[in-house]
Amino acid sequence: MADYSSLDIRQRSASTETPPEIRRQVEVAKLIDVSKCIGCKACQSACEEWNDLRDDVGVNTGNYQNPHDLTAKTWTLMRFEEYENPQTNHLEWLIRKDGCMHCTEPGCLKACPSPGAIVQYSNGIVDFIEENCIGCGYCVKGCPFNIPRISQTDHKAYKCTLCSDRVAVGQAPACAKACPTGSIMFGTKQAMIDQAQTRVEDLKSRGFEHAGLYDPAGVGGTHVMYVLHHADQPSLYSGLPNDPKISPLVAFWKGGAKVFGLAAMGFAAVAGFFHYVTAGPNEVAPEEEEEAVEMAEAKRRQNGGGEVRPH
Amino acid sequence: MTIHTDIRDGETRPLHQDKGGAPEVLYVPRYTGLQRVNHWITAILFTLLTLSGLAMFSPYLFSLTGLFGGGQATRAIHPWFGVALAVSFVFLFIRFWKLNIPNKDDVEWSKRIGDVVTNREDRLPELGKYNAGQKMVFWGQTALITVMLISGLMIWNTYFGGLTTIETQRWALLAHSLAAVIAIAIIVVHIYAGIWVRGTGRAMVRGTVTGGWAYRHHRKWFRQMAGGTVRKGSVDKRGS
Repeated sequence: MADYSSLDIRQRSASTETPPEIRRQVEVAKLIDVSKCIGCKACQSACEEWNDLRDDVGVNTGNYQNPHDLTAKTWTLMRFEEYENPQTNHLEWLIRKDGCMHCTEPGCLKACPSPGAIVQYSNGIVDFIEENCIGCGYCVKGCPFNIPRISQTDHKAYKCTLCSDRVAVGQAPACAKACPTGSIMFGTKQAMIDQAQTRVEDLKSRGFEHAGLYDPAGVGGTHVMYVLHHADQPSLYSGLPNDPKISPLVAFWKGGAKVFGLAAMGFAAVAGFFHYVTAGPNEVAPEEEEEAVEMAEAKRRQNGGGEVRPH
Repeated sequence: MTIHTDIRDGETRPLHQDKGGAPEVLYVPRYTGLQRVNHWITAILFTLLTLSGLAMFSPYLFSLTGLFGGGQATRAIHPWFGVALAVSFVFLFIRFWKLNIPNKDDVEWSKRIGDVVTNREDRLPELGKYNAGQKMVFWGQTALITVMLISGLMIWNTYFGGLTTIETQRWALLAHSLAAVIAIAIIVVHIYAGIWVRGTGRAMVRGTVTGGWAYRHHRKWFRQMAGGTVRKGSVDKRGS
């Protein structure tokens, strides 16, 4: 998305400036109730429609999932998983609408080297500002959910914006607007948590004893949350991470390694300077030049060669 | 002739040599023209890689992207600099690896590192063409450039983005950045050594060093050179 919205920014990638702090927008969230999803893909269509994206026509591989993965032009995707529940012997069709989770502590934003290419608005939405994107793909490595995709057309990163342009003017995201079963809900984060509780209670009363809300604490909570019938095993839902957090490799690369790197390079330069002002230059003494000439002459006489001719 | 007394050892040395008559300086060939060109291509590419790489390493240094025409251009050109450097370094490696095999003089030299940094070269063993420090630069850069080439290809998103898993690429990013900062630190020391040890720059610019330089720093090599090649005035093709 372009950063023309009226939303205040809470965090900005690769920036040392303090963002505006005087306003605190209410945090928003999208709640996806997986138990109410019928897999109609209206959300996928609405997303394409609102964001004016048309992905390439793919091929069928015997699965409803199409395209097969998120792409630079498919920012949300219904993932279809057929699960045989060993306790009930029932086939469960676990359909999860995949897309950016809008983490409170976004790994993409932490990894991004380009100032202002990734921002987090104070309402919690994490947005890519493509004008500032340099296409390095660091966000892909930073994301614990495997969401960002780099376009091969313009070498920029794309993902769900949570319809930040719609939210900025008080509208719900396109997918939530289009969902025919009310499986996708949108509101303040607190309202969505409250709503989820009533759904979780309902599911529990229907025999899904492990029903629960997916709002993973490892990334500080998310602004896209799921109601899952099997909240104890999120990975059943097409590999939703059980305990997502920013990879320790990324955390070290962006933390300790950076400090170590700047310190090591700075130390080498400073140590050199102070060595020079204490030990001084290592100079060849004039006698050594003479001794060299003598040694060369002696060698030459030894070898029966001619006269040394310094030039 | 101006005489001055060096207060460090109390000895009297001429400050300005009378330049009349033939200068009593011998020049010893150390690098061929091709070797110097090879070295400078590598050095220029290393500098470009350092500037473009550091721009993507820390937000404080992002403004370095301006040198390359902006962030996208920097991201796009950096890997190509890297490939070019790797090719250039392969030639340096082929030319110089044999001369950089460690020997027992290097052990002795390393033990006397205190004398090295205090310019007491009279206490050091006679050395061949390279001392242990120079060999460490050579092997250090060989290892680090290898790491950076392999990890760099893995994170070259434009062409190889999908060939490795994201987890592998996380390792690659970390390895690439750590190898880079160590390599840069080594190069800072390498450049400083060239400033500190007077008369060294001539080897890289003109291809020769003075006899006194060779006698003082690499006497074993000088003895070999003093035998034949100096007299013939030919330039050593093998770099030995």
